[in-house]
Amino acid sequence: MVSGFIAVFKRDIRRYVRFKDQLFTSMLHPILWLALFGLGMAGNFERILGGGSAPAGMISYDYLTFMCPGMIAATILFANLYGGFSVLFDKNWGILREIMASPMPRRDLITGISLSSVTKSLIQTVIIIVFGMILGVTFFSGESIGGVIISLVGMVLFVAVFSAAVLCVSLYVAFKISSPEGYQGVTTVLSMPVFFASNALYPSAGLPPVLQEIALINPLTHLSNGLRYFSMGDHFSALGLEFIYNSTEILVSFIYLLVFALVTFHFALRAVEQSVIT
Amino acid sequence: MSNSVILDVSNFSYAYGDVQAVKDVSFRVKRGEFFSFLGPNGAGKTTVINTLITLLPMQEGTVTVAGYDLRADHVKVRESIGIVFQQITLDKDMTVRETLDFHGDIYGMGLEDKMQRISELLTLVELEEKADALVSTLSGGMKRRLEIARGLMTRPQILFLDEPTIGLDPQTRQKTWEYLRMVNQEGTTIFMTTHYMDEADILSDSIALIDHGEIIQRGTPDELKSGLGKDIIYLETTDNSAVSTRIQEIPGITGIQPCYGKLLIFSGNDGAQVLPDIIRAADEQGITVTSVSLKKPTMDDVFMHYTGTEIRD
Repeated sequence: MVSGFIAVFKRDIRRYVRFKDQLFTSMLHPILWLALFGLGMAGNFERILGGGSAPAGMISYDYLTFMCPGMIAATILFANLYGGFSVLFDKNWGILREIMASPMPRRDLITGISLSSVTKSLIQTVIIIVFGMILGVTFFSGESIGGVIISLVGMVLFVAVFSAAVLCVSLYVAFKISSPEGYQGVTTVLSMPVFFASNALYPSAGLPPVLQEIALINPLTHLSNGLRYFSMGDHFSALGLEFIYNSTEILVSFIYLLVFALVTFHFALRAVEQSVIT
Repeated sequence: MSNSVILDVSNFSYAYGDVQAVKDVSFRVKRGEFFSFLGPNGAGKTTVINTLITLLPMQEGTVTVAGYDLRADHVKVRESIGIVFQQITLDKDMTVRETLDFHGDIYGMGLEDKMQRISELLTLVELEEKADALVSTLSGGMKRRLEIARGLMTRPQILFLDEPTIGLDPQTRQKTWEYLRMVNQEGTTIFMTTHYMDEADILSDSIALIDHGEIIQRGTPDELKSGLGKDIIYLETTDNSAVSTRIQEIPGITGIQPCYGKLLIFSGNDGAQVLPDIIRAADEQGITVTSVSLKKPTMDDVFMHYTGTEIRD
Protein backbone atom coordinates (compact mmCIF):
# COMPACT_ATOMS: atom_id res chain seq x y z
CA MET A 1 0.00 0.00 0.00
CA VAL A 2 1.28 3.41 -0.97
CA SER A 3 0.64 6.21 1.46
CA GLY A 4 -1.36 9.11 0.12
CA PHE A 5 1.52 11.56 0.34
CA ILE A 6 3.71 9.31 -1.79
CA ALA A 7 0.96 9.24 -4.42
CA VAL A 8 0.73 13.03 -4.40
CA PHE A 9 4.53 13.28 -4.51
CA LYS A 10 4.75 10.80 -7.39
CA ARG A 11 2.16 12.65 -9.41
CA ASP A 12 3.85 16.01 -8.95
CA ILE A 13 7.30 14.73 -9.84
CA ARG A 14 5.87 12.89 -12.83
CA ARG A 15 4.46 16.13 -14.17
CA TYR A 16 7.77 17.87 -13.51
CA VAL A 17 9.74 15.30 -15.47
CA ARG A 18 7.12 14.72 -18.16
CA PHE A 19 6.74 18.32 -19.18
CA LYS A 20 10.11 19.34 -20.37
CA ASP A 21 9.17 22.99 -20.41
CA GLN A 22 8.71 23.07 -16.64
CA LEU A 23 11.84 21.01 -16.10
CA PHE A 24 13.87 23.12 -18.49
CA THR A 25 12.77 26.54 -17.29
CA SER A 26 13.16 25.59 -13.63
CA MET A 27 16.77 24.74 -14.42
CA LEU A 28 17.38 27.65 -16.74
CA HIS A 29 15.95 30.22 -14.37
CA PRO A 30 18.73 30.08 -11.73
CA ILE A 31 21.39 29.87 -14.44
CA LEU A 32 20.08 33.08 -15.99
CA TRP A 33 20.01 34.80 -12.61
CA LEU A 34 23.63 33.94 -12.02
CA ALA A 35 24.80 34.61 -15.55
CA LEU A 36 22.96 37.90 -16.05
CA PHE A 37 22.35 39.49 -12.67
CA GLY A 38 25.25 37.81 -10.89
CA LEU A 39 27.94 38.66 -13.38
CA GLY A 40 26.52 42.13 -13.94
CA MET A 41 26.42 42.99 -10.28
CA ALA A 42 29.74 41.34 -9.57
CA GLY A 43 31.44 43.50 -12.19
CA ASN A 44 30.00 46.66 -10.64
CA PHE A 45 30.81 45.73 -7.07
CA GLU A 46 34.35 44.84 -7.97
CA ARG A 47 34.76 48.18 -9.77
CA ILE A 48 33.37 50.22 -6.87
CA LEU A 49 35.15 48.37 -4.11
CA GLY A 50 38.27 47.58 -6.07
CA GLY A 51 38.31 44.13 -4.65
CA GLY A 52 39.44 45.32 -1.21
CA SER A 53 42.19 43.59 0.65
CA ALA A 54 41.39 40.95 3.21
CA PRO A 55 42.84 41.09 6.70
CA ALA A 56 45.64 38.61 7.13
CA GLY A 57 44.66 34.97 7.62
CA MET A 58 41.12 35.43 6.39
CA ILE A 59 39.63 34.05 3.21
CA SER A 60 38.45 36.76 0.89
CA TYR A 61 35.62 36.14 -1.54
CA ASP A 62 34.57 38.10 -4.61
CA TYR A 63 31.03 39.35 -4.99
CA LEU A 64 29.95 36.51 -7.28
CA THR A 65 30.84 33.96 -4.62
CA PHE A 66 29.20 36.07 -1.90
CA MET A 67 26.04 36.38 -3.96
CA CYS A 68 25.80 32.75 -5.01
CA PRO A 69 24.27 31.43 -1.75
CA GLY A 70 21.86 34.37 -1.91
CA MET A 71 21.01 33.33 -5.45
CA ILE A 72 20.20 29.84 -4.24
CA ALA A 73 18.02 31.33 -1.52
CA ALA A 74 16.21 33.65 -3.92
CA THR A 75 15.63 30.95 -6.52
CA ILE A 76 14.10 28.68 -3.92
CA LEU A 77 12.00 31.51 -2.55
CA PHE A 78 10.48 32.30 -5.93
CA ALA A 79 10.09 28.72 -7.12
CA ASN A 80 8.18 27.73 -3.98
CA LEU A 81 6.22 30.94 -3.65
CA TYR A 82 4.74 30.18 -7.06
CA GLY A 83 4.62 26.47 -6.31
CA GLY A 84 1.02 26.57 -5.12
CA PHE A 85 -0.11 27.58 -8.57
CA SER A 86 -0.63 24.02 -9.75
CA VAL A 87 -2.85 23.42 -6.72
CA LEU A 88 -4.89 26.44 -7.68
CA PHE A 89 -5.43 24.81 -11.06
CA ASP A 90 -6.25 21.47 -9.46
CA LYS A 91 -8.71 23.27 -7.27
CA ASN A 92 -10.47 25.17 -10.01
CA TRP A 93 -10.25 22.75 -12.91
CA GLY A 94 -8.61 19.59 -11.77
CA ILE A 95 -8.49 16.65 -9.48
CA LEU A 96 -8.57 18.37 -6.12
CA ARG A 97 -12.25 17.45 -5.91
CA GLU A 98 -11.28 13.79 -6.25
CA ILE A 99 -8.63 14.18 -3.55
CA MET A 100 -10.96 16.05 -1.18
CA ALA A 101 -13.64 13.36 -1.48
CA SER A 102 -11.12 10.60 -0.80
CA PRO A 103 -10.37 9.17 2.63
CA MET A 104 -6.76 10.38 2.36
CA PRO A 105 -5.85 12.63 5.31
CA ARG A 106 -5.53 16.27 4.26
CA ARG A 107 -2.01 16.51 5.67
CA ASP A 108 -0.87 13.95 3.07
CA LEU A 109 -1.77 16.42 0.36
CA ILE A 110 0.51 19.05 1.89
CA THR A 111 3.37 16.73 2.79
CA GLY A 112 3.26 15.15 -0.68
CA ILE A 113 3.44 18.46 -2.52
CA SER A 114 6.04 19.78 -0.08
CA LEU A 115 8.19 16.73 -0.66
CA SER A 116 8.13 17.19 -4.40
CA SER A 117 8.88 20.89 -4.00
CA VAL A 118 11.83 20.11 -1.78
CA THR A 119 13.10 17.71 -4.44
CA LYS A 120 12.81 20.34 -7.15
CA SER A 121 14.51 22.91 -4.92
CA LEU A 122 17.42 20.60 -4.28
CA ILE A 123 17.83 20.02 -8.00
CA GLN A 124 17.94 23.77 -8.53
CA THR A 125 20.46 24.16 -5.73
CA VAL A 126 22.79 21.66 -7.33
CA ILE A 127 22.49 23.43 -10.66
CA ILE A 128 23.36 26.79 -9.16
CA ILE A 129 26.35 25.39 -7.30
CA VAL A 130 27.69 23.62 -10.35
CA PHE A 131 27.04 26.47 -12.76
CA GLY A 132 28.32 29.01 -10.23
CA MET A 133 31.59 27.13 -9.87
CA ILE A 134 31.93 27.07 -13.64
CA LEU A 135 31.54 30.86 -13.64
CA GLY A 136 34.20 31.24 -10.97
CA VAL A 137 32.43 30.87 -7.63
CA THR A 138 34.93 29.59 -5.09
CA PHE A 139 32.79 27.52 -2.70
CA PHE A 140 34.20 25.14 -0.11
CA SER A 141 37.72 26.56 -0.45
CA GLY A 142 40.26 24.77 1.64
CA GLU A 143 37.84 22.06 2.71
CA SER A 144 38.55 18.36 2.60
CA ILE A 145 36.18 15.95 0.83
CA GLY A 146 34.63 15.07 4.18
CA GLY A 147 34.18 18.76 4.95
CA VAL A 148 32.50 19.35 1.61
CA ILE A 149 30.09 16.49 2.23
CA ILE A 150 29.16 17.82 5.66
CA SER A 151 28.69 21.27 4.13
CA LEU A 152 26.44 19.87 1.42
CA VAL A 153 24.33 18.04 3.98
CA GLY A 154 23.97 21.29 5.90
CA MET A 155 22.89 23.13 2.76
CA VAL A 156 20.41 20.39 1.89
CA LEU A 157 18.80 20.66 5.33
CA PHE A 158 18.49 24.44 5.11
CA VAL A 159 17.12 24.35 1.57
CA ALA A 160 14.66 21.55 2.40
CA VAL A 161 13.15 23.21 5.45
CA PHE A 162 12.96 26.62 3.82
CA SER A 163 11.39 25.40 0.59
CA ALA A 164 8.77 23.37 2.45
CA ALA A 165 7.93 26.40 4.58
CA VAL A 166 7.54 28.75 1.62
CA LEU A 167 5.54 26.17 -0.29
CA CYS A 168 3.10 26.01 2.60
CA VAL A 169 2.71 29.78 2.38
CA SER A 170 1.86 29.48 -1.28
CA LEU A 171 -0.54 26.59 -0.61
CA TYR A 172 -2.25 28.73 1.99
CA VAL A 173 -2.69 31.52 -0.56
CA ALA A 174 -3.85 29.05 -3.22
CA PHE A 175 -6.56 27.68 -0.93
CA LYS A 176 -7.72 31.07 0.29
CA ILE A 177 -7.82 32.77 -3.09
CA SER A 178 -9.76 31.49 -6.07
CA SER A 179 -8.51 33.48 -9.06
CA PRO A 180 -5.11 32.99 -10.68
CA GLU A 181 -4.78 36.78 -10.93
CA GLY A 182 -5.33 37.18 -7.19
CA TYR A 183 -2.86 34.43 -6.43
CA GLN A 184 -0.24 36.00 -8.67
CA GLY A 185 -0.79 39.40 -7.07
CA VAL A 186 -0.52 38.20 -3.49
CA THR A 187 2.58 36.09 -4.05
CA THR A 188 4.32 38.84 -6.01
CA VAL A 189 3.64 41.38 -3.27
CA LEU A 190 4.85 38.91 -0.64
CA SER A 191 8.03 38.20 -2.52
CA MET A 192 9.22 41.82 -2.63
CA PRO A 193 9.98 42.51 1.07
CA VAL A 194 11.18 38.95 1.63
CA PHE A 195 13.58 39.20 -1.25
CA PHE A 196 14.95 42.71 -0.76
CA ALA A 197 14.78 43.13 3.03
CA SER A 198 17.27 40.33 3.46
CA ASN A 199 20.96 39.72 3.06
CA ALA A 200 20.55 37.50 0.01
CA LEU A 201 22.04 39.92 -2.51
CA TYR A 202 23.93 42.32 -0.24
CA PRO A 203 24.95 42.49 3.41
CA SER A 204 22.03 43.71 5.48
CA ALA A 205 24.41 46.05 7.34
CA GLY A 206 23.98 48.57 4.55
CA LEU A 207 20.16 48.62 4.76
CA PRO A 208 18.13 51.40 6.47
CA PRO A 209 17.49 50.55 10.16
CA VAL A 210 13.87 49.51 9.64
CA LEU A 211 14.79 47.14 6.84
CA GLN A 212 17.64 45.81 8.96
CA GLU A 213 15.11 44.87 11.62
CA ILE A 214 12.96 43.16 9.03
CA ALA A 215 16.00 41.38 7.62
CA LEU A 216 16.75 40.05 11.06
CA ILE A 217 13.45 38.18 11.28
CA ASN A 218 13.27 37.42 7.57
CA PRO A 219 13.56 33.65 6.97
CA LEU A 220 15.43 34.34 3.74
CA THR A 221 18.23 35.97 5.78
CA HIS A 222 18.50 32.88 7.94
CA LEU A 223 18.61 30.66 4.89
CA SER A 224 21.32 32.83 3.31
CA ASN A 225 23.32 32.77 6.55
CA GLY A 226 23.11 29.00 6.73
CA LEU A 227 24.10 28.57 3.11
CA ARG A 228 27.03 31.00 3.42
CA TYR A 229 28.22 29.31 6.58
CA PHE A 230 28.31 25.94 4.89
CA SER A 231 29.66 27.05 1.52
CA MET A 232 32.06 29.83 2.54
CA GLY A 233 33.07 29.03 6.08
CA ASP A 234 32.58 30.67 9.47
CA HIS A 235 35.03 33.52 9.00
CA PHE A 236 35.64 35.36 5.77
CA SER A 237 35.66 38.75 4.16
CA ALA A 238 33.67 39.92 1.18
CA LEU A 239 32.75 43.36 -0.14
CA GLY A 240 35.28 44.80 2.28
CA LEU A 241 33.29 43.50 5.25
CA GLU A 242 34.18 40.83 7.72
CA PHE A 243 31.73 37.97 8.25
CA ILE A 244 31.88 35.78 11.32
CA TYR A 245 29.38 33.04 11.97
CA ASN A 246 29.44 30.67 14.88
CA SER A 247 27.78 27.30 14.92
CA THR A 248 25.27 28.31 17.63
CA GLU A 249 24.01 31.16 15.45
CA ILE A 250 23.60 28.79 12.55
CA LEU A 251 21.78 26.28 14.72
CA VAL A 252 19.44 29.03 15.90
CA SER A 253 18.81 30.03 12.27
CA PHE A 254 17.97 26.43 11.45
CA ILE A 255 15.60 26.09 14.39
CA TYR A 256 14.05 29.40 13.38
CA LEU A 257 13.38 28.07 9.89
CA LEU A 258 12.05 24.82 11.33
CA VAL A 259 9.56 26.71 13.50
CA PHE A 260 8.64 28.87 10.52
CA ALA A 261 7.96 25.71 8.51
CA LEU A 262 5.82 24.18 11.26
CA VAL A 263 3.77 27.35 11.55
CA THR A 264 3.18 27.65 7.81
CA PHE A 265 2.37 23.92 7.61
CA HIS A 266 -0.23 24.41 10.31
CA PHE A 267 -1.83 27.32 8.46
CA ALA A 268 -1.77 25.50 5.13
CA LEU A 269 -3.38 22.45 6.72
CA ARG A 270 -6.10 24.58 8.27
CA ALA A 271 -6.75 26.28 4.96
CA VAL A 272 -7.12 22.89 3.24
CA GLU A 273 -9.36 21.52 5.96
CA GLN A 274 -11.61 24.54 5.89
CA SER A 275 -11.93 24.82 2.17
CA VAL A 276 -15.04 23.49 0.49
CA ILE A 277 -14.54 22.39 -3.09
CA THR A 278 -17.58 21.37 -5.08
CA MET B 1 -31.22 0.22 9.84
CA SER B 2 -32.38 -2.69 7.81
CA ASN B 3 -29.63 -4.46 5.93
CA SER B 4 -31.26 -3.86 2.58
CA VAL B 5 -31.16 -0.07 2.92
CA ILE B 6 -27.81 1.31 1.80
CA LEU B 7 -28.59 5.01 1.82
CA ASP B 8 -30.91 6.51 4.38
CA VAL B 9 -31.58 10.23 4.28
CA SER B 10 -33.98 11.73 6.74
CA ASN B 11 -35.09 15.31 7.18
CA PHE B 12 -32.12 16.62 5.27
CA SER B 13 -31.98 20.37 4.73
CA TYR B 14 -29.24 22.54 3.30
CA ALA B 15 -28.96 26.33 3.09
CA TYR B 16 -26.42 28.59 1.41
CA GLY B 17 -26.66 31.60 3.71
CA ASP B 18 -30.28 32.69 3.49
CA VAL B 19 -31.04 30.59 0.46
CA GLN B 20 -32.67 27.29 1.38
CA ALA B 21 -31.43 24.94 -1.34
CA VAL B 22 -32.83 21.69 0.06
CA LYS B 23 -35.85 21.48 2.34
CA ASP B 24 -36.52 18.57 4.64
CA VAL B 25 -35.79 15.81 2.17
CA SER B 26 -36.14 12.16 3.19
CA PHE B 27 -35.63 9.05 1.10
CA ARG B 28 -34.09 5.60 1.18
CA VAL B 29 -32.14 3.67 -1.42
CA LYS B 30 -32.12 -0.10 -1.32
CA ARG B 31 -29.00 -2.15 -1.82
CA GLY B 32 -28.54 -2.99 -5.50
CA GLU B 33 -31.02 -0.38 -6.65
CA PHE B 34 -30.53 2.07 -9.50
CA PHE B 35 -31.84 5.26 -7.96
CA SER B 36 -32.27 8.54 -9.81
CA PHE B 37 -32.70 12.01 -8.53
CA LEU B 38 -34.53 13.75 -11.33
CA GLY B 39 -35.15 17.46 -11.41
CA PRO B 40 -34.63 20.68 -13.36
CA ASN B 41 -31.46 22.77 -13.06
CA GLY B 42 -31.22 24.46 -9.69
CA ALA B 43 -33.62 22.02 -8.04
CA GLY B 44 -31.09 21.05 -5.37
CA LYS B 45 -29.82 17.78 -6.85
CA THR B 46 -26.14 18.69 -6.78
CA THR B 47 -26.38 20.03 -3.24
CA VAL B 48 -27.80 16.72 -2.08
CA ILE B 49 -25.21 14.62 -3.90
CA ASN B 50 -22.30 16.85 -2.85
CA THR B 51 -23.33 16.46 0.77
CA LEU B 52 -23.72 12.70 0.43
CA ILE B 53 -20.23 12.40 -1.04
CA THR B 54 -18.82 14.55 1.83
CA LEU B 55 -17.76 17.54 -0.27
CA LEU B 56 -20.26 19.78 1.49
CA PRO B 57 -20.53 19.80 5.27
CA MET B 58 -23.61 18.15 6.74
CA GLN B 59 -26.15 20.70 7.95
CA GLU B 60 -29.58 19.53 9.13
CA GLY B 61 -30.89 16.00 9.20
CA THR B 62 -29.48 12.51 9.47
CA VAL B 63 -27.77 10.58 6.70
CA THR B 64 -26.49 7.02 6.80
CA VAL B 65 -24.37 5.80 3.90
CA ALA B 66 -23.44 2.10 3.77
CA GLY B 67 -24.21 1.88 7.47
CA TYR B 68 -22.04 4.83 8.50
CA ASP B 69 -23.31 8.08 9.89
CA LEU B 70 -22.29 10.85 7.51
CA ARG B 71 -21.63 13.36 10.26
CA ALA B 72 -19.63 11.13 12.59
CA ASP B 73 -17.95 8.68 10.22
CA HIS B 74 -17.31 10.67 7.08
CA VAL B 75 -13.97 8.94 6.48
CA LYS B 76 -15.72 5.55 6.56
CA VAL B 77 -18.33 6.92 4.17
CA ARG B 78 -15.57 8.08 1.82
CA GLU B 79 -14.05 4.61 1.85
CA SER B 80 -17.39 3.00 0.97
CA ILE B 81 -18.42 5.08 -2.02
CA GLY B 82 -17.36 5.81 -5.56
CA ILE B 83 -17.96 9.12 -7.29
CA VAL B 84 -18.33 10.46 -10.80
CA PHE B 85 -18.43 14.24 -10.58
CA GLN B 86 -20.54 16.50 -12.74
CA GLN B 87 -17.63 18.33 -14.35
CA ILE B 88 -14.78 16.34 -15.80
CA THR B 89 -12.42 15.96 -12.86
CA LEU B 90 -9.30 14.49 -14.41
CA ASP B 91 -5.69 15.51 -14.64
CA LYS B 92 -5.29 15.85 -18.38
CA ASP B 93 -1.54 15.46 -18.02
CA MET B 94 -1.73 11.96 -16.54
CA THR B 95 -2.22 8.81 -18.56
CA VAL B 96 -5.32 6.65 -18.22
CA ARG B 97 -3.45 4.07 -16.18
CA GLU B 98 -1.83 6.69 -13.95
CA THR B 99 -5.24 8.20 -13.28
CA LEU B 100 -6.52 4.91 -11.90
CA ASP B 101 -3.25 4.17 -10.13
CA PHE B 102 -3.31 7.54 -8.37
CA HIS B 103 -6.88 6.96 -7.30
CA GLY B 104 -6.01 3.56 -5.87
CA ASP B 105 -3.14 5.10 -3.95
CA ILE B 106 -5.11 7.89 -2.34
CA TYR B 107 -7.71 5.32 -1.30
CA GLY B 108 -4.98 3.17 0.21
CA MET B 109 -5.36 0.15 -2.09
CA GLY B 110 -2.76 -2.61 -1.99
CA LEU B 111 -0.44 -2.84 -4.99
CA GLU B 112 -1.59 -6.21 -6.30
CA ASP B 113 -5.26 -5.45 -5.82
CA LYS B 114 -4.76 -2.12 -7.54
CA MET B 115 -3.05 -3.60 -10.58
CA GLN B 116 -5.69 -6.28 -10.94
CA ARG B 117 -8.51 -3.79 -10.59
CA ILE B 118 -6.98 -1.44 -13.16
CA SER B 119 -6.83 -4.16 -15.78
CA GLU B 120 -10.38 -5.33 -14.97
CA LEU B 121 -11.77 -1.84 -15.27
CA LEU B 122 -9.87 -0.93 -18.42
CA THR B 123 -11.50 -3.97 -19.99
CA LEU B 124 -14.91 -3.06 -18.61
CA VAL B 125 -14.90 0.45 -20.05
CA GLU B 126 -12.98 -0.61 -23.16
CA LEU B 127 -9.99 1.63 -22.63
CA GLU B 128 -7.23 -1.02 -22.67
CA GLU B 129 -5.78 0.40 -25.85
CA LYS B 130 -5.73 3.85 -24.35
CA ALA B 131 -4.09 2.74 -21.09
CA ASP B 132 -0.92 4.71 -21.70
CA ALA B 133 -2.45 7.63 -23.54
CA LEU B 134 -2.59 11.02 -21.87
CA VAL B 135 -6.05 12.00 -20.68
CA SER B 136 -5.80 15.16 -22.80
CA THR B 137 -5.93 12.98 -25.93
CA LEU B 138 -9.19 11.24 -24.99
CA SER B 139 -12.61 12.10 -26.38
CA GLY B 140 -15.38 13.34 -24.11
CA GLY B 141 -16.99 9.91 -23.97
CA MET B 142 -13.70 8.18 -23.15
CA LYS B 143 -13.07 10.66 -20.35
CA ARG B 144 -16.46 9.86 -18.89
CA ARG B 145 -15.75 6.15 -19.11
CA LEU B 146 -12.41 6.67 -17.41
CA GLU B 147 -14.20 8.55 -14.66
CA ILE B 148 -16.69 5.73 -14.26
CA ALA B 149 -13.82 3.25 -14.05
CA ARG B 150 -12.13 5.45 -11.48
CA GLY B 151 -15.32 5.64 -9.44
CA LEU B 152 -15.36 1.84 -9.38
CA MET B 153 -11.67 1.34 -8.52
CA THR B 154 -12.23 0.61 -4.85
CA ARG B 155 -15.27 -1.65 -5.48
CA PRO B 156 -17.57 0.84 -3.79
CA GLN B 157 -20.86 -0.32 -2.32
CA ILE B 158 -22.55 2.63 -3.89
CA LEU B 159 -21.58 4.70 -6.90
CA PHE B 160 -22.65 8.34 -7.01
CA LEU B 161 -22.98 10.01 -10.39
CA ASP B 162 -23.81 13.67 -10.87
CA GLU B 163 -25.31 14.25 -14.32
CA PRO B 164 -23.14 11.56 -15.91
CA THR B 165 -24.09 12.16 -19.55
CA ILE B 166 -24.17 15.94 -19.58
CA GLY B 167 -22.66 17.28 -22.78
CA LEU B 168 -22.27 13.89 -24.46
CA ASP B 169 -23.54 13.08 -27.95
CA PRO B 170 -26.44 10.58 -28.29
CA GLN B 171 -24.23 7.60 -29.21
CA THR B 172 -21.89 8.23 -26.32
CA ARG B 173 -24.83 8.61 -23.96
CA GLN B 174 -26.20 5.23 -25.04
CA LYS B 175 -22.81 3.66 -24.49
CA THR B 176 -22.46 5.27 -21.06
CA TRP B 177 -25.89 3.93 -20.12
CA GLU B 178 -24.81 0.45 -21.12
CA TYR B 179 -21.83 0.65 -18.76
CA LEU B 180 -23.93 1.97 -15.94
CA ARG B 181 -26.52 -0.75 -16.39
CA MET B 182 -23.78 -3.36 -16.44
CA VAL B 183 -22.20 -1.96 -13.27
CA ASN B 184 -25.57 -1.97 -11.56
CA GLN B 185 -26.29 -5.53 -12.66
CA GLU B 186 -23.01 -6.62 -11.13
CA GLY B 187 -24.34 -5.47 -7.78
CA THR B 188 -23.24 -1.88 -7.30
CA THR B 189 -25.96 0.39 -6.02
CA ILE B 190 -26.21 3.52 -8.10
CA PHE B 191 -27.31 6.98 -7.06
CA MET B 192 -27.57 9.26 -10.05
CA THR B 193 -28.74 12.82 -10.49
CA THR B 194 -30.01 13.84 -13.88
CA HIS B 195 -32.25 16.32 -15.60
CA TYR B 196 -32.68 14.01 -18.58
CA MET B 197 -36.06 12.32 -18.41
CA ASP B 198 -35.19 9.56 -20.85
CA GLU B 199 -32.07 8.72 -18.88
CA ALA B 200 -33.96 8.40 -15.61
CA ASP B 201 -36.74 6.44 -17.30
CA ILE B 202 -34.49 3.92 -19.03
CA LEU B 203 -32.01 3.27 -16.24
CA SER B 204 -33.77 3.65 -12.92
CA ASP B 205 -35.47 1.21 -10.63
CA SER B 206 -36.67 4.12 -8.60
CA ILE B 207 -36.93 7.86 -9.19
CA ALA B 208 -37.33 10.76 -6.85
CA LEU B 209 -38.53 13.89 -8.56
CA ILE B 210 -37.03 16.97 -6.92
CA ASP B 211 -37.90 20.59 -7.48
CA HIS B 212 -37.26 23.74 -5.48
CA GLY B 213 -35.32 21.67 -2.96
CA GLU B 214 -38.18 19.28 -2.20
CA ILE B 215 -39.06 15.79 -3.30
CA ILE B 216 -42.38 16.15 -5.06
CA GLN B 217 -42.92 12.62 -6.30
CA ARG B 218 -41.41 9.18 -5.85
CA GLY B 219 -41.85 5.86 -7.55
CA THR B 220 -40.70 3.54 -10.29
CA PRO B 221 -40.71 5.01 -13.80
CA ASP B 222 -43.92 3.08 -14.56
CA GLU B 223 -45.64 4.26 -11.43
CA LEU B 224 -44.78 7.86 -12.18
CA LYS B 225 -46.01 7.61 -15.75
CA SER B 226 -49.20 5.75 -14.96
CA GLY B 227 -49.84 8.23 -12.15
CA LEU B 228 -50.61 10.74 -14.88
CA GLY B 229 -53.36 8.58 -16.29
CA LYS B 230 -53.60 6.15 -19.16
CA ASP B 231 -53.27 8.62 -21.97
CA ILE B 232 -52.37 12.20 -22.60
CA ILE B 233 -54.23 14.41 -25.04
CA TYR B 234 -52.75 17.59 -26.46
CA LEU B 235 -55.53 19.89 -27.54
CA GLU B 236 -55.41 23.24 -29.29
CA THR B 237 -58.55 25.34 -29.69
CA THR B 238 -59.59 28.88 -30.44
CA ASP B 239 -60.28 29.44 -26.71
CA ASN B 240 -58.31 27.13 -24.47
CA SER B 241 -59.32 28.59 -21.12
CA ALA B 242 -63.06 28.54 -21.84
CA VAL B 243 -63.05 24.96 -23.04
CA SER B 244 -60.92 23.66 -20.18
CA THR B 245 -63.63 24.14 -17.51
CA ARG B 246 -66.02 22.01 -19.56
CA ILE B 247 -63.45 19.31 -20.24
CA GLN B 248 -62.69 18.96 -16.53
CA GLU B 249 -66.26 17.77 -16.01
CA ILE B 250 -65.90 14.90 -18.47
CA PRO B 251 -65.72 11.56 -16.60
CA GLY B 252 -62.26 9.98 -16.70
CA ILE B 253 -60.32 13.24 -17.04
CA THR B 254 -57.83 13.36 -14.18
CA GLY B 255 -56.09 16.64 -14.87
CA ILE B 256 -55.68 19.51 -17.27
CA GLN B 257 -53.01 22.16 -17.59
CA PRO B 258 -51.93 24.73 -20.16
CA CYS B 259 -48.71 23.94 -22.00
CA TYR B 260 -47.17 26.17 -24.67
CA GLY B 261 -50.49 27.39 -26.10
CA LYS B 262 -52.02 23.95 -25.91
CA LEU B 263 -53.97 22.09 -23.30
CA LEU B 264 -52.40 19.04 -21.74
CA ILE B 265 -55.22 16.69 -20.73
CA PHE B 266 -54.61 13.64 -18.58
CA SER B 267 -57.05 10.83 -19.09
CA GLY B 268 -57.61 7.99 -16.66
CA ASN B 269 -59.57 6.05 -19.28
CA ASP B 270 -58.66 5.04 -22.78
CA GLY B 271 -57.88 8.33 -24.50
CA ALA B 272 -59.47 7.31 -27.80
CA GLN B 273 -62.83 6.91 -26.07
CA VAL B 274 -62.62 10.26 -24.26
CA LEU B 275 -61.61 12.18 -27.36
CA PRO B 276 -65.12 12.44 -28.90
CA ASP B 277 -66.48 13.83 -25.62
CA ILE B 278 -63.78 16.49 -25.59
CA ILE B 279 -64.47 17.57 -29.14
CA ARG B 280 -68.22 17.62 -28.45
CA ALA B 281 -67.64 19.80 -25.38
CA ALA B 282 -65.74 22.29 -27.50
CA ASP B 283 -68.44 22.22 -30.22
CA GLU B 284 -71.20 22.92 -27.74
CA GLN B 285 -69.43 26.09 -26.67
CA GLY B 286 -68.85 27.13 -30.25
CA ILE B 287 -65.09 26.68 -29.90
CA THR B 288 -63.16 25.24 -32.81
CA VAL B 289 -60.60 22.52 -32.20
CA THR B 290 -57.54 23.41 -34.31
CA SER B 291 -55.34 20.43 -33.45
CA VAL B 292 -55.44 17.33 -31.32
CA SER B 293 -53.05 14.51 -30.56
CA LEU B 294 -53.03 11.52 -28.29
CA LYS B 295 -50.13 9.67 -26.70
CA LYS B 296 -48.98 7.54 -23.80
CA PRO B 297 -47.45 9.47 -20.90
CA THR B 298 -43.63 9.69 -20.96
CA MET B 299 -41.20 10.84 -18.31
CA ASP B 300 -41.20 14.21 -20.09
CA ASP B 301 -44.86 14.54 -19.26
CA VAL B 302 -44.24 13.49 -15.68
CA PHE B 303 -41.49 16.06 -15.45
CA MET B 304 -43.53 18.83 -17.02
CA HIS B 305 -46.59 17.94 -15.01
CA TYR B 306 -44.84 18.19 -11.67
CA THR B 307 -42.25 20.89 -12.31
CA GLY B 308 -44.25 23.19 -14.59
CA THR B 309 -43.11 24.84 -17.77
CA GLU B 310 -41.01 27.76 -16.61
CA ILE B 311 -37.40 27.84 -17.73
CA ARG B 312 -34.76 27.37 -15.04
CA ASP B 313 -31.15 28.35 -14.95
